[in-house]
Amino acid sequence: MAEKEVGQTSIWGRLLAWAVLLGLLGLVAIQLGRSQRGMLTRGEPAPSFTLTTFEGTEIGSEDMMGKVVLVNFWASWCKPCEQEAEALQTAWEQYEGRDDVLFLGVDYVDTEKEALAYLERWDITYPNGPDLGTQIYYAFRARGVPETFIINKLGEIAFVKIGPFQGLEELTAVVDRLLEP
Amino acid sequence: MKILSLLPGIILLLAVYAGPAAAQGPTPSVDEVNAIAKNLYCPVCANVPLDACGTAACAQWRQQISDLLIAGHSEQQIYDYFVQQYGPGVLATPPPGGLNWLIYLLPPAVVLLGAALVWRSLAAWRKKKPRSKPATTGENKYSKMIEDELKARR
Repeated sequence: MAEKEVGQTSIWGRLLAWAVLLGLLGLVAIQLGRSQRGMLTRGEPAPSFTLTTFEGTEIGSEDMMGKVVLVNFWASWCKPCEQEAEALQTAWEQYEGRDDVLFLGVDYVDTEKEALAYLERWDITYPNGPDLGTQIYYAFRARGVPETFIINKLGEIAFVKIGPFQGLEELTAVVDRLLEP
Repeated sequence: MKILSLLPGIILLLAVYAGPAAAQGPTPSVDEVNAIAKNLYCPVCANVPLDACGTAACAQWRQQISDLLIAGHSEQQIYDYFVQQYGPGVLATPPPGGLNWLIYLLPPAVVLLGAALVWRSLAAWRKKKPRSKPATTGENKYSKMIEDELKARR
């Protein structure tokens, strides 16, 4: 009788150990799956996010609906970001009057003082804000800066640029194509 | 007398200069900044603590720590600020909570489990009596055959 009880305890112990082990393996698998998903690609729905600008204005999904939205990840310490700063601002000045285009600058892992100095240096006027908690960066599964995601009017990722735009034409060609009826 | 008449002016001047200084702390040393920086990790430089990281981003972060210390923030307030700005991933020691509990509970649990297994195995080995191997009938038969063969050859 005692032996039977010991045997049953042993079985339950083993089952518990296996359950814990499988649970842990499951967690590892989920984490690995998440990290191996890679970047957002064309056609995928864009993640919803809210950007609070340096001025305190909140820009959320409702403000982006039905618009071509350019999301540019940058940082003041990022030298390659400077290569495209002028092109981005010039492009924004071309589209600023339209109500179907929105440019958003997402400041990644940066300090506010230097970020504001950067915006002033490059005369950037489109909405920019810090990526609080690095949440937007992770939502877009970005890999560094500069990186730019252009979202079409349907809310899908239409274009991904890793690294700086080579010039204004490269940038406007994409936005213009997405604005075509 | 002349000095006495200048006294209010001197006090006023001192108050003007001392005012902003009183609202701020002294400029922290590099060691003081690094004492906090070593507990933070910048996401740009994987696996390099902030005090040892040489990138421009990390330099800005260290300056930020210095600015916050000057502004009178405590060490904990600075960690809280960095978590709010950049997420909990910047902390060298993850805060307990959610799945992070696993980091704290799993290693001691595994050690305890291992110790229990070793103890149990040792106890089982001690209990185990040395078994004398009973000779099987087959073995006896073959032994006898060999012995007979050897006798015949002598």
